Amino acid sequence: MSLRLDGLGLSAGGQAVLHPVTVELPPGLPNVLLGPTGAGKTTLLRLLAGLDRPTEGRIFAEGTEVTGLPPRRRSVAMVYQQFINYPSFTVYENIASPLRVARLPKAEIEARVQEAARLLRLGPYLQRRPLELSGGQQQRTAIARALVKRAALVLMDEPLANLDYKLREELREELPKLFAESGTVFVYATTEPAEALLLGGRVATLSEGRVTQFGMAGEVFRHPADLATARVFSDPPLNEAPARVQGGRVLLAGEVALPVAVSGLPEGPCTIGIRAHQLSLEPLPGAVPLAAEVRVAEVTGSESYVHLDVGGMNWVVLAPGVRRPEPHEAATVWLDPRRCLVFGADGRLAAEAALAEAA
Amino acid sequence: MARIGFERLAHGYGTGGYALKPMDMVWEDAGAYALLGPSGCGKTTLLNIVSGLLRPSEGRVVFDGAEVTDLPPERRNVAQVFQFPVVYDTMTVRENLAFPLRNRGVPAKAANARVEHVAALLGLTAMLDRRARNLGADDKQKISLGRGLVRDDVAVILFDEPLTVIDPHLKWELRSRLKELHRQVPVTMIYVTHDQTEALTFADRVVVMSEGEVVQVGTPEALFDRPAHTFVGHFIGSPGMNLLPCAVAGREAVLEGGARIALPRAYPALAGKVELGIRPEFATLAREGLPVSLRRVEDLGRRRIARVELAGRPFAATLPEGMPVPAEPCLALDLARLHVYADGRLAEGEA
Amino acid sequence: MAKPRDDRAWLLVLPVLALVAFSALIPVMTVVNYSVQDTFGNNQFFWNGTAWFKELLDPSTDLGGRFFDALWRTLLFSGLCLLIEIPLGIAVALCLPRKGWGVAASLVTLALPLLIPWNVVGTIWQVFARGDIGLLGAAVNGLGIDYNYARDPLAAWITVVAMDVWHWTSLVVLLCYAGLRAIPDAYYQAAKVDGAGAWAVFRAIQLPKMQRVLTIAVLLRFMDSFMIYTEPFVVTGGGPGNATTFLSIDLVKIALGQFDLGKAAAMSIVYNLIILTVCWVFYATTTRGQSEASR
Repeated sequence: MSLRLDGLGLSAGGQAVLHPVTVELPPGLPNVLLGPTGAGKTTLLRLLAGLDRPTEGRIFAEGTEVTGLPPRRRSVAMVYQQFINYPSFTVYENIASPLRVARLPKAEIEARVQEAARLLRLGPYLQRRPLELSGGQQQRTAIARALVKRAALVLMDEPLANLDYKLREELREELPKLFAESGTVFVYATTEPAEALLLGGRVATLSEGRVTQFGMAGEVFRHPADLATARVFSDPPLNEAPARVQGGRVLLAGEVALPVAVSGLPEGPCTIGIRAHQLSLEPLPGAVPLAAEVRVAEVTGSESYVHLDVGGMNWVVLAPGVRRPEPHEAATVWLDPRRCLVFGADGRLAAEAALAEAA
Repeated sequence: MARIGFERLAHGYGTGGYALKPMDMVWEDAGAYALLGPSGCGKTTLLNIVSGLLRPSEGRVVFDGAEVTDLPPERRNVAQVFQFPVVYDTMTVRENLAFPLRNRGVPAKAANARVEHVAALLGLTAMLDRRARNLGADDKQKISLGRGLVRDDVAVILFDEPLTVIDPHLKWELRSRLKELHRQVPVTMIYVTHDQTEALTFADRVVVMSEGEVVQVGTPEALFDRPAHTFVGHFIGSPGMNLLPCAVAGREAVLEGGARIALPRAYPALAGKVELGIRPEFATLAREGLPVSLRRVEDLGRRRIARVELAGRPFAATLPEGMPVPAEPCLALDLARLHVYADGRLAEGEA
Repeated sequence: MAKPRDDRAWLLVLPVLALVAFSALIPVMTVVNYSVQDTFGNNQFFWNGTAWFKELLDPSTDLGGRFFDALWRTLLFSGLCLLIEIPLGIAVALCLPRKGWGVAASLVTLALPLLIPWNVVGTIWQVFARGDIGLLGAAVNGLGIDYNYARDPLAAWITVVAMDVWHWTSLVVLLCYAGLRAIPDAYYQAAKVDGAGAWAVFRAIQLPKMQRVLTIAVLLRFMDSFMIYTEPFVVTGGGPGNATTFLSIDLVKIALGQFDLGKAAAMSIVYNLIILTVCWVFYATTTRGQSEASR
């Protein structure tokens, strides 16, 4: 099945909590809602689940309107950030619970539980109780319970946020396989850009109650439609610089001209955005040097994040290898115009990074 | 300021099991240390022993040569930042920051000067007179940190997964500020986390723990380049180190499928389970080399990871920038970066 | 947007509405009805307008004087009860163990007075405090202190207040204990590291975190003590003289003793409005403080 949102929005007290959104969510690949806390991810999930009623717009499941239906009458399952299981039930009983409620025949329940347990590698733990398991296993149990219903829609609200880093990595790898194998529509909320990319599906970026862009993760990452999207979808944060368009050229502070084609952009202020990995501390052909001062450097083992003060702006550069420059040391950062995103005064993307595809 | 020593330190639970296995270690004054490991590895136990919230069942804790094993937290000059921000709800930011000074009877004037100074360091000056309860999680964490910094006698600041409830963007801001702060205020900082990025970027030296044991102490680059244990190889790096069971003879490793790989060093006969370790960063997909079958490509935005199968085992490799996925993929290994492990421990070879 | 509605759901509420009508609405309306009429028995009623209310609220009349005397007594009683039970409840809650077998033992022990029927509480104290055979009364008299709650108004007050404290402090303790248990350990650890003493911990952490349960405790204890009837009626019967004649006791005297249904009805309405007003004002001020703080 697929899910279509048609101008779906929610306002409270005359203020829009979620601006109207129109998208089509297909099955197979995860649909990731990406945005910081308070951007409206949970609001949208609750509307999709039927826990809240939208103040405008409609929801269609497989062409049939489901807008006003209570959650009970929709085919929907939910996984939360907290590991929610029945503590007195065994893992088997936990997974089987929605099927028992639906009064399925015993043999059918057995088959489905075993299938879900196999997919989520819970086989050895079926007779244990949730609290005897690790966090990762507890969350797997909750996911298995959501999957076993074969609901048409599975909603996940930051399901990995409370797990250890390495466990997260493991589950991030397993989840896309689960998504691909079922005909269910998956909607997955997260605050982390890396997670949105790893899950390898579609991404809807959210900022201040607005869905700013919807498309394949890699596509949205490389071609953000506006500044809000680029900000939400950058980790480390997007490096920004105020600039202005003058005589068809982009001028940075200090009259540094960037050779970027900005046809269609009116004269006046604009914003330059560039991601940390696209800046360089070494000269690049065609790049513009900018004077900077080192704030601090963070070493990850194979790479270094060097935080710089570039004319009063806080920038971060991802440099290969181990670098430990001293604070306040002078540095030069090389800005490749072909990797810059130029946003107009209204926040819309005006000039694309020409080399976006390459990296 | 303090140099922290652990002498035959261990913590056991009555039944004979150890939450923390016996260890000897010294942490240098004004260092930035991270305790890294999965849940239940004993890192929080060790942290609580340093802070004095937990008394170890064996051994001694020494601050600057003086034993503090039996001292309660308030007599150790430690400060702590917790996973969930702890602020005193009814107080303003200023009163929160002044709280530890007031408890120690510091005169109001001196206290206020300290508070202003610390607020400036943390960028809290503008909100000093607001109620702490109404602030965001990141500002609350700054207040928790500020309550530690405000005491000029503070020797150690402990961080217990302080960025857990902070959004990714603010994490960067807070982390770099913390690092800057450490440059300005020379106190020993100990940072507990399960997140390798946080540990590596924060610390000068990272203490990797697993199952109550310290498996390696080293700089971020040492942990990345020469993991002393397969656990470290796996835990550090994303994805972690590839480990392939093999047989090693002299300068050659033979994989399960019979493929042969030349080694940078010569190894003596190794006992136990022998594995070849190589990081995905040093294994790239190429047109020639070891033939592999491609499973999937992960697009991480700034780099791509090829999930392949080598000798019947999953293997992660790098797909270089701009390179189309080859029809007959092969692996090119940076041979100098290969390591051999016997029973999980790094085997030393001879050049 | 057209919201699909299912109005049949209202049918489900009907039984409750009917029940509430019988248990609350009809009796209240009956009382309102009585309050504007006069009767001389024989089931004959005469329209009396607001005369009862005017008389009741005028302290110079017989009824008014008696009403205000009882009202001040009741307010004093409630005030004393709150003043003793709330701090005492907090103090006991702070002393309770936080883990181990002691938790269950002390909670069960504390809950015992709450499980005793109110008239039994009265009877227990009536005997307990008697100067001749009661354990407490005899002991106090044995110490050379003259104590007789049937003769001495002060002794009667002490007895009644002590009884209420004995009966209800446990409720405050249980509520506070629940509030204290909800405080994460990290707060105590942080306070320890910040060098806070017990008093600073109480002021900075425990009291603010107990604010919500304390609001509930104060409200419950105010309402219950303001409406107290059974226990003092059993112990002192409102005496000696009128010393412990609280509003509720006086109300019963007027309604059933003198059969002045109109006066009693007017009095119960005013009584009820006082409780509602006090609770509303208290609740509004405390929660406004909280919502302002959380903005």
